[in-house]
Amino acid sequence: MIETDIIIIGAGPVGLFTVFEAGLLKLRCHLIDALPIPGGQCSEIYPKKPIYDIPGIPEILAGDLVNNLLKQIEPFKPGFTLGDPAIDIEETANNQFIVTTRDGIKHKAPNIAIAGGLGVFIPRKPPVPELKQFEGKGVEYIIKDPEDYRGKNVVISGGGDSALDWAIFLADGVAEKVTLIHRSQSFRAHPDSVQKAMDMAGSGKINMLMDAEVKSIGGNGKLSDIHVKTKTDGNITLNADSWLPLFGLTPRLGPIANWGLLIEKNAIRVDNSTDYTTNREGIYAIGDVNTYPGKLKLILCGFHEATMMVQSAFKRIYPDKKNVLKYTTVSGINGFE
Amino acid sequence: MEKLINITVVDREGKEHRLEAPTDMNMNMMELCKSYELPVEGTCGGMAMCASCQMYVLTDHVPIERSYDEQAMLDEAWHVEENSRLGCQIKLTNELEGLKVQLAPHVEEDSDDDW
Repeated sequence: MIETDIIIIGAGPVGLFTVFEAGLLKLRCHLIDALPIPGGQCSEIYPKKPIYDIPGIPEILAGDLVNNLLKQIEPFKPGFTLGDPAIDIEETANNQFIVTTRDGIKHKAPNIAIAGGLGVFIPRKPPVPELKQFEGKGVEYIIKDPEDYRGKNVVISGGGDSALDWAIFLADGVAEKVTLIHRSQSFRAHPDSVQKAMDMAGSGKINMLMDAEVKSIGGNGKLSDIHVKTKTDGNITLNADSWLPLFGLTPRLGPIANWGLLIEKNAIRVDNSTDYTTNREGIYAIGDVNTYPGKLKLILCGFHEATMMVQSAFKRIYPDKKNVLKYTTVSGINGFE
Repeated sequence: MEKLINITVVDREGKEHRLEAPTDMNMNMMELCKSYELPVEGTCGGMAMCASCQMYVLTDHVPIERSYDEQAMLDEAWHVEENSRLGCQIKLTNELEGLKVQLAPHVEEDSDDDW
C-alpha cells in the first residue's frame, strides 16, 4: 500500500503543479496516470505545439512546459504510478481513501485530487464489424512486448508515428513479415520515420499498401484473414497472425463516472466558491475534468484551482494547525528529504 | 461593428439548426457548434488532431481545400467523404453566409471494459 497525503489522479500539468502547491504546505503527493509518461494531453496530443497563455512565459512548447513542471516539483519528491489507470475509490472507516489501479496497486490518503483532464486515453478503434471478437485473438491496439511478434506475420494500420515506428521496428528482424496499410499516400509522422519506412518498403522489408483500408477481418477463433480495400487492386485478402490498428488515442471519462460524483456535461461538478470540492468530502476535482458556472478549460485556471484546493486539503488533515500563506520569495523552497 | 452570418447545421438525427455566427471573433465551425451546445466534441481544442469535429459541407461555400495536417488527420478518421472537413479548420468569415453542414457520425470507441 502506497500512503501519502494527496492522491492525484491525472499527471497532466494541473496534477503536476498540485504537487508544488501541496509541497509548500508540507503535504506529500502521489500521482496516478493511465499514460506511461507524465504530462497528459500536453505529452500525448500536442507536445510540439506552442502555448502562449502561461503568465510570464510568452511562448512555450507543451512538452517543455511538462518538463519544467517536473523540474519545479522535483524537490517535493512525488510518487508516480504510471501506465496504470485508477479504477476504484474506496472510503475507509477512518476517513481515508484507497485508490486501486487496473493493475491492483493500492494507494491510501485522506484526500484525492482528480486532475483527470478529459479522462482516460484509450485506443481509437476502426469501425470494422468483427473487431471485438478478435480482440486479444490477433487484434491488439497496444504493443506490450515486441517479442510477442517474433517470427509472426503482422499487419499494421495507421499513418502516424506509432504505426510507422512499430512497422520499422518489427520489420527489422523481429516479425517474419510486416505489412503497413494506410488510407492515403502521405503520412502524419516524423519525416525521418517516413523516409525509413519508404526505404524499407523499397527493399522489400515492409510490404506497404497505400490508398488502402481494412474493411473486415476473419478467422476461426483466431485472426487469420484481413480483407483490404485498395484503390488500385480492388479488394484483396491478406493472411496474418496479428493486426495492429494503431490510430492513436482518444480520451473517455471512463472509471471517473463510477465514483459517485456529480457529473455534468462529461465533467465533475465542483464547488468553485470554496475549494473545488466534489459532492464527496475529501475528493476534489481540478483542471479540465471539473465544471462550474463560468468554467474555462485553461491550464492557467487549473493552476489556480490546484492552489486553492491544497489549502482545503491541508485543513482536512490538520484541522487545528496554524498555517499562513507563504511567499516563495521569502521562504524559498523547502523540499522533502 | 459586430457582423453575423447565418449557418445551418444538420445534426446526427437529421434536425436542422439555424445558427447566427459572429465573424469578428476569430471563431471556427467547431467552436460555433460548441457554443450552441451541438454535440461536437472538439477534443483536441482545434489543432486538427482528433477528427471529433468532422462535418460534411453541403453547400459550395467552402472549397474542399484541406491543410496538410487536416488531410493527414482525415486520412486516419472514419466515415470520411469527399466533402468532409474538420470544423475546427473552417474559419468563420463573411463569405460563409448561408453555409450548410452536416455533422459526421459519432464514433463510439466501445471500450468500457478496457480501462
